[in-house]
Amino acid sequence: MHRTGELYGQFETLEQQKETAALGMWVFLVTEVLFFGGMFLTYTINRRAFSTAFGIGSNTLDIKLGAGNTVVLIMSSLTMAMAVWSAQVGKKKLVSIFLIATLGLGTVFLGVKAVEYKQKFDHHLVPGRSFDMKYHPAHPMPGDDLEELDKEKQEVDKAFAVDPDINAHGQLYFSLYFGMTGLHALHMIIGAGLLLWLIKASFAGRFTPQYNTPVEVVGLYWHFVDIVWIYLFPLLYLIDRHR
Amino acid sequence: MSEHIVSPKIYLVIFASLMLGTGITVWAAFRDVGKFNIVIALVIATIKATLVVLFFMHARYSPRRTQMVIVCSVFWLAIMLALTLTDYDTRPRDSRLAPPAISHLLRA
Repeated sequence: MHRTGELYGQFETLEQQKETAALGMWVFLVTEVLFFGGMFLTYTINRRAFSTAFGIGSNTLDIKLGAGNTVVLIMSSLTMAMAVWSAQVGKKKLVSIFLIATLGLGTVFLGVKAVEYKQKFDHHLVPGRSFDMKYHPAHPMPGDDLEELDKEKQEVDKAFAVDPDINAHGQLYFSLYFGMTGLHALHMIIGAGLLLWLIKASFAGRFTPQYNTPVEVVGLYWHFVDIVWIYLFPLLYLIDRHR
Repeated sequence: MSEHIVSPKIYLVIFASLMLGTGITVWAAFRDVGKFNIVIALVIATIKATLVVLFFMHARYSPRRTQMVIVCSVFWLAIMLALTLTDYDTRPRDSRLAPPAISHLLRA
C-alpha cells in the first residue's frame, strides 16, 4: 500500500481518512454500548427483584469517593478534549501536557477505585465464602464513624427482617458492582495504555493540524468510558440514599 | 481543511454543566420522591451523556453517516432494554425471578 506522508493510498484526503477512522471507532463503540447495556439490563432486573438487598448494598458504598471519582473522570474528559483541540491548532507542547494530565487523572481514578475495593475486602463484602453483611457493623475498623456505623447496623438488621436471604441477594449486588466497575476499570487501563502511546508520539511531535487522527480517535474511546461511569455512578452509589 | 474545531470555551461550558449535573444528581438522591428518584437520576445521567457525545465527541459536527451510527446504537439499546423489561413486567409476579434457596450454602 503506498503512502504519502500520513495519507494512506486508499484515501483521497487526510480529512476523509480521519472521518473514516472516527467512523470505525464509533462502530466499535456501538458494540460497547450493547455490551455494557447487557450488564445494565442484568443489574436493573435483579435490582427490581431484590430491592432490599440492592438498596443496602448500595448504601455501603462511599458516596464521597464515588462523587470525587466522577469529578476526576469528567476533568480527564475535559483535558482529553483539550488535547484534541491543541493538536488541531498546532500547539504541540500543549498536546503532550494535556495528554499527560488525562493520564494522571485516569490514574487517580483507578487509585481511588483500588481504595474502595480494599474497603470491601476489609468489610467482608466480596462475594464468596466470607461474605457477610452483618460483619462490618459488628466489627468497627479504625477511623470508622461510629454513629454512622450504628445507623448501618440498624439498617442491616431491618433488612434481615424483610429478606432473610439477604446475604445471598447481597452477593448478587456485589457481584454486579465488582463486575461492572471492574470492566469499567479494565477499559480505563486499556485507555491508559493508549494514552502512553499517544504521549510518546506527541513527544516526537507527530500530531499537527493536518494529522491528529490518533488523538481524536482515542479521545472518542476515552469519552465513552466517561459516559459509562456517568451511568454507573448514580445506579450503583445513589439508588437508595433517600431512605 | 474544512474540519470544525470546537473552541476551549465550549469545552469549559460543557465541563461546567457536567459538574453541575453531578452536583444536582447527588443532591437529588437524598430527597425522597419515591419512585421518581430513579427517574431523576437517569434523566440527569442521560443529559450529561448527551452533552459528552454532542460536544466532547464532536457528534454535533460529524458527518451524517457518523451521526446515523450513533442513533442506531441508541435505537438497538432501546430495543434490548424495552423488550426485555416489558417481558419481565408482564409476567405473573410468582414466575418472576424466584429467590433461589441457597441460604443453606452460606455461613450463618
